[in-house]
Amino acid sequence: MGKINTVNVSKKYTFKESLYLVAIIQGMMITLKRFFEGFVLHKKFTIMYPEERRDYSQRFRGEHFISIDNNKTENCTACFLCETVCPAECIHIVADEREDDQNLYGVKKEKKPLSFDIDALRCCFCGMCEEACPKDAIKLSRNYEMSVLKRDDAIYDLDHLKREVKGLKGRG
Amino acid sequence: MDQIMWIALFLKIAVVLACCMGSVPFLVWFERRGSAWIQGRVGPNRVGPFGLLQSLADVLKFFFKEDFAPKNASRIYYYLAPMIALIAPLGALTMIPFGSYVEVAGQVINLQIAEVNAGVLFILAFAGLEVYPIILAGWASNNKYSVFGALRGSSQIVSYEISMGLALVSMLLAYGTLDLHSMVEWQSSAAGMWGCVMNPIGALIFWICTFAETNRLPFDLPEGEAEIVAGFHVEYGSMKFALFFLAEYVAMIMASALLATVFFGGYSLLPGFSHLVGWVSSAQGWPLQNVKAFFEFASLFLKVAFFMFVFVWVRWTLPRFRFDQLMDLGWKILFPLAMLNLGYMVALVTYLARSH
Repeated sequence: MGKINTVNVSKKYTFKESLYLVAIIQGMMITLKRFFEGFVLHKKFTIMYPEERRDYSQRFRGEHFISIDNNKTENCTACFLCETVCPAECIHIVADEREDDQNLYGVKKEKKPLSFDIDALRCCFCGMCEEACPKDAIKLSRNYEMSVLKRDDAIYDLDHLKREVKGLKGRG
Repeated sequence: MDQIMWIALFLKIAVVLACCMGSVPFLVWFERRGSAWIQGRVGPNRVGPFGLLQSLADVLKFFFKEDFAPKNASRIYYYLAPMIALIAPLGALTMIPFGSYVEVAGQVINLQIAEVNAGVLFILAFAGLEVYPIILAGWASNNKYSVFGALRGSSQIVSYEISMGLALVSMLLAYGTLDLHSMVEWQSSAAGMWGCVMNPIGALIFWICTFAETNRLPFDLPEGEAEIVAGFHVEYGSMKFALFFLAEYVAMIMASALLATVFFGGYSLLPGFSHLVGWVSSAQGWPLQNVKAFFEFASLFLKVAFFMFVFVWVRWTLPRFRFDQLMDLGWKILFPLAMLNLGYMVALVTYLARSH
């Protein structure tokens, strides 16, 4: 058993300590040093936000979108897997039959979402919808600037989700 | 009084008001930028060059805010409080001499707005007035938090006024006068010295008490945000709050000016300035006394600026006291220390008088 170092916080102050002035002057010297570091050397930890941005990780989960094919048709087949897995219950899908002329590319899809609403105010950005999706249709982008002026604007409809999202490289 | 004296009086009032009120926006900016520099942040830097116009933008915002008064507030006292808060320190500022004298058209004009020979008593009276806005604001706005702030503020100011007064009395013993002009003259004379050299403990006590009197950190218990929201001015918004804010800075300037006058030589020239006076006056051919008066004003200005810097510096260094610690410091340490110091000054003054 080694000796355990403990600090007795209830010890009596020595005379020098009880004067406080020494400690106050020491503290003020520290802040004076910091003052000149900021004033002369412009040392700062602030990120000047709109001009400078924090570099988030490649796996950052931000605003949702639904991937589209070359014909601007959504990849979603309204399978309801994301709605089922969603722990926050923020996805609401209404399914519909897909017309043949919408299947120009790739595999034929029989179903399509008539409406696909995500309530971003309920969403907890866990990314489970993304993992559940068999068609890689619903995804989370790296965009974190999602403020809106009205509550209704925070409920994303299909048109909003189908927008083209830039800067996705590196997200698997 | 003849015409020149009247004009001079208005000019003096204009100069003091302009220097004092005009420096407040800069001081607010410096407080915010300085705190940012100390804490490794940037601070307001978007409005104007280096963010210097930030205070102006804030004032503009205050002007357009709703002039709101709580429903059950007693209106008269509620509106009176911010006015008194500003009037008290401005009234005390009239006593501070900001230069010896200037000669215009053969007339000697003393650079002091109110030439009262009991100036110190007058200043103490006005400093005592600073309790009233806090009590009035706290009581009249009908809010529990503001009453708490008012109680804290009044007890704190009254406690620290005693030590402050005793420190001042110890200096009055040395100067033998209540006139601030002659105090400065004595300090700048060959036989005299700065009050802080003669009486360092008194200067320290006085300095600490000015922090308590102006409700600045580490003594800002009347407005302790963490415990009582904003203390005595919780219910104040728009320009009424801005008046309190302005009053705090004017009170700081007043306290710094008084500290400089009584303990740090007031308007007496800073070392090196006397050469500068002679050089400027001979190079430009201006009357020596007027140039000297200008540099005396500059000296006082620099001294006050330094004390204002210390106000900001201390604010971002020390945390707030607990209330019992505040009272302990005031009554159990500063008060006996001020009494002992008074005894020391009595001994010193008698010794000096005997040896002459």
